Amino acid sequence: MKFTLSWLKDHLDTDASLDEVVEALTMVGLEVEEVSDPSAPLKPFVIAEIVTAVKHPNADKLKLLTVDAGKGPVQVVCGAPNARAGLKGVFALPGMVIPATGAVLEIGTIRGVESRGMMCSERELGLSDEHNGIIELPADAPVGMSFANWRGGADPVIDISITPNRPDCLGVRGVARDLAARGLGTLKPDPLQPVPGAFASPVPIALRFDGDDTPCPIFAGRVVRGLKNGPSPKWLQDRLKAIGLRPISALVDITNYLTFDRGRPLHVYDADKLTGTICARLGKTGESLLALDGKTYAVDETMCVIADDAAVLGLAGVMGGETTGSTEATTSVFIESAYFDPGRTARTGRRLGLNSDARFRFERGVDPGFVVAGLELATRLVLDLCGGEASEVVVAGQEPLPNKVIDFPFSEVKRLSGLDLAADTIVATLEKLGFKVTGSGDSRSVAVPSWRPDVHGKADLVEEVVRIVGLDQVPATALPRIASVSQKVLTPLQVRTRRAKRALAARGLVEAVTWSFVAKPIAVLFGGGGADLELANPISADMSDMRPSLIPGLVAAVKRNADRGFADLALFEVGQVFAGDRPQDQSTAATAVREGNAGLIGGGRHWEGSAKPVTAFDAKADALALLDALGVDISRVQIVRAAPNWFHPGRSGSIQLGPQTVLAHFGELHPAVVEALDTEGPIVAAEVILDRIPVAKAKAGRGKPALALSAFMPVSRDFAFVVDDGVEVAKIVKAVQGADKKLIGGVEVFDVYKGEHVSAGQKSVAIAVTLLPTDRTLTDEDIDKVSKAIVAAVQKATGASLRA
Amino acid sequence: MTDIEQLEASILDDIHAAADEAALESVRVATLGKQGSVSALLKTLGAMSPDERRTRGAAINALKDRVGLAIADRKAVLKDAALDARLARETVDITLPVRPGPLAEGRIHPVSQVIDEITAIFTDMGFSVAEGPDIETDHYNFTALNFPPDHPAREMHDTFFLKPKQDGSRLLLRTHTSPVQVRTMEREKPPIRIIAPGRTYRCDSDATHTPMFHQVEGLVIDETTHFGHLKWVLEEFLKAFFEVDEVKTRFRPSFFPFTEPSMEVDVGCKRSGSEIRIGEGDDWLEILGCGMVHPNVIRSAGLDPDRYQGFAFGMGIDRIAMLKYGMPDLRAFFDADVRWLRHYGFRPLDLPSLYGGLTS
Repeated sequence: MKFTLSWLKDHLDTDASLDEVVEALTMVGLEVEEVSDPSAPLKPFVIAEIVTAVKHPNADKLKLLTVDAGKGPVQVVCGAPNARAGLKGVFALPGMVIPATGAVLEIGTIRGVESRGMMCSERELGLSDEHNGIIELPADAPVGMSFANWRGGADPVIDISITPNRPDCLGVRGVARDLAARGLGTLKPDPLQPVPGAFASPVPIALRFDGDDTPCPIFAGRVVRGLKNGPSPKWLQDRLKAIGLRPISALVDITNYLTFDRGRPLHVYDADKLTGTICARLGKTGESLLALDGKTYAVDETMCVIADDAAVLGLAGVMGGETTGSTEATTSVFIESAYFDPGRTARTGRRLGLNSDARFRFERGVDPGFVVAGLELATRLVLDLCGGEASEVVVAGQEPLPNKVIDFPFSEVKRLSGLDLAADTIVATLEKLGFKVTGSGDSRSVAVPSWRPDVHGKADLVEEVVRIVGLDQVPATALPRIASVSQKVLTPLQVRTRRAKRALAARGLVEAVTWSFVAKPIAVLFGGGGADLELANPISADMSDMRPSLIPGLVAAVKRNADRGFADLALFEVGQVFAGDRPQDQSTAATAVREGNAGLIGGGRHWEGSAKPVTAFDAKADALALLDALGVDISRVQIVRAAPNWFHPGRSGSIQLGPQTVLAHFGELHPAVVEALDTEGPIVAAEVILDRIPVAKAKAGRGKPALALSAFMPVSRDFAFVVDDGVEVAKIVKAVQGADKKLIGGVEVFDVYKGEHVSAGQKSVAIAVTLLPTDRTLTDEDIDKVSKAIVAAVQKATGASLRA
Repeated sequence: MTDIEQLEASILDDIHAAADEAALESVRVATLGKQGSVSALLKTLGAMSPDERRTRGAAINALKDRVGLAIADRKAVLKDAALDARLARETVDITLPVRPGPLAEGRIHPVSQVIDEITAIFTDMGFSVAEGPDIETDHYNFTALNFPPDHPAREMHDTFFLKPKQDGSRLLLRTHTSPVQVRTMEREKPPIRIIAPGRTYRCDSDATHTPMFHQVEGLVIDETTHFGHLKWVLEEFLKAFFEVDEVKTRFRPSFFPFTEPSMEVDVGCKRSGSEIRIGEGDDWLEILGCGMVHPNVIRSAGLDPDRYQGFAFGMGIDRIAMLKYGMPDLRAFFDADVRWLRHYGFRPLDLPSLYGGLTS
């Protein structure tokens, strides 16, 4: 809300400087957005005297001036009829910005004569609409001085942002009250001076709500007749212009003025255009209103309207109608002052997309105790500015005064704020804000003023006291430590989430944070896209559904980078995925995506050997390394060929502890999915669902099992088996491990060969087996025996033969 | 010159002429070997008289020793030369580039890093980390937080809603992390000290807003915590987070439905161009909102507001990350431009801690 310093001083008796006012506003919670000096744009303009004025040689209506602005004569072409030698006015030099147009003044040639400046009109300087001639200053105005400095009296404009709980500060007087309470001065008295009615109001009014008057509990008004509407006086116009409003006519300007001065919106009807009884009622479907903004709005039963016997006259609390408004010709008005339900006013305005200064106030809650008083104030201004005589006031309904009283133990101030204040200070602070404190002792009754709909209970009163006394008065107080040494507080999932990020980054992947929502077709591709996870109001079609997987977001990120010329990327994200809309349907996935040749050693070409295109095994390695880092014993996990259908069916798998506990999927993305994502392969992904990893059982101690080291040399033996191509290597490895569990310490697959040296449909698998003797050095017979057992076990399990 | 002297001179010439160990070995075989010239001289001793043998034998043996020594010396020289030659041969161009390796290429996103930093600071003050779902109910996001039924935040304009269910109810994406306050109070008994970092969502997308962003919520509920404690906690946090010895703060009264009293906090800063330095200068920068938990919120979580009290605060994680690390544009956080991630991201082993420093 904007107001000027002098406007504030209408209500606040203070010697405080502008800086002090700004500081106090900030500290009581009226955040200052901007302080502007309206005279700033006028500063460069200087006072100048016309030395000579002769007719332009080539134009009858133009004059050729010699202007002295303190720095020697300047030639200027001027069309103003009042331009004459000896006149002192306001001069603009080339390069200056003309406030009215925003244009930069340039040296011009007008009808063949150069003009090096401009004598300004009031309109050109934004001072008024006067443009019949150039500004004429008194003869003693000093040539060369800044016009703004000479004019003086610039009234700074303060713009504050008002939190929605403080409708009382949507009028200057409310702001002044807060500042007075803060000790910045005294709130000037404002005795109500009712205007006696000279005649009975000829306009009857009524509330028509079938018993429930909450949409409009009070509607008051009166007629002023025999008035003359016209421009409002300069002081009023200046006020309105300073806060960015356009003066229209005295009657309109009065209502705007009271809206900002008192937070009291009013409406003035041309009484001669009204038909029968003016009533407040709910609208009816089919009705409409041509509003003051020139647009027509359809009305319905949810809206409160003001209507006469002929038509809807206004949207209650939002905007009045065009046809019954006052004009220059108006001589008789009906002034309306009412209270409209905040919620309904807000809904009506939102529904119609209609904002106004009135709505802004009514929807936050105007002072219900200032309905009739506001009407009196408006009447007085109308009589003062437009003349005429006022009727008696007519009132339908009653002011909906809440009359709230709060039992307030003063100890609450200390309890909640930590601030130790004397009872007198608390009482004085509250009373300056308009609260009435009664009773004595530690707990008192506090009556809440009608203009404070935001104050409901003790905590609100604590806020009022502390806000005014100053939050800066509260000493910072150390929060007591709970434990001498901080204890572990992270949950297992939180630990995993953090560790997963570090583990994946340590594998060369770069962490991305992508949107939690994806396009519906993409969600469908990855097993999501259900109605329960679809946004009703997405910001775009690309962000319509909660993501079922992190893969699409990462692939899109890879693609964006590739489009910028940065391909072969390895990205990861650890974040939420959604299987449904319940809290338990949200889980945390850790997902790694590698594209192009971005393997573990790094992508791209290199003199030591260029990177190879990524394969499902890069993704498998990421998944297993991540699980290992998260404490899963990967020697015990099962690798199964059963991945979701967004993976290549032949180049993907799942990692599970059992069929019910699938921890991860990995593999190459399905070519059709890659195409649907509008990108190119190879793209591999590993997705681990962190929530699914079982929490390790709590151990009694932190000690690790004893380490048994053998004193005997390990022995390695190589075997090459020829098996059918379809035999999974894991089966061979498992058979080898089972051949002698005690002696066999390690099994490495070091070659898989298909080609001319084995039959078609077969492959050769080369395996190195490490034997770890624990009690004696192995003899040739020992080794021979276990070798035979290995060969037999593999043959039995897979039908393999030893390669010749 | 005696024959021995002649032989010695000839042998020494051969030794010095030997260009490598193989040639030297040939010389050794040709002299000291079984069929060698020195060995042949020794064989002549058998046919000599004892006197002749004594003098002649001593001379031949001395020759043998000198030849042996000369061969050993030459061998050492040749070995050194061979090693030098090998070293020269084995020299590589050490300016050839190596791959940086995964630890150098991987990055942690600034949001993750800053969450770790925040966690390090608050856990030291006895806070634990709480979480809540991104998809929330109207109850937890608004009603239980004392938002009035007609509050504008409940409109589609600000809040992402999911499609209405059969019964007309509709879920939403949490617009702030504050629902975690209520969920925590329902789940845990006071004393409560938690922070809740997480994703939040609002229907907003322009130069300074993204439809998704990150917040951290703080909540303390017990029987004694007042505004003075809130002030201390936030001041200590700001000092620790921005890694400065002192910060100036300014608590301004403000309004949030779920706190009473409510404040916005400005932190003292110095601006020069686009750079903002916290802990210096005379400017103010709004950094977070906070307040004492509203009695209605405490009540809606099933606790007695006359017995329990405490504070809550909410802060933009992305925003304080930008302030600390100087990223100019919020939107870039979610664009995954790898150039941005490599520049503003953190190394895998940049582990923030209080004992090792948040940044090192």
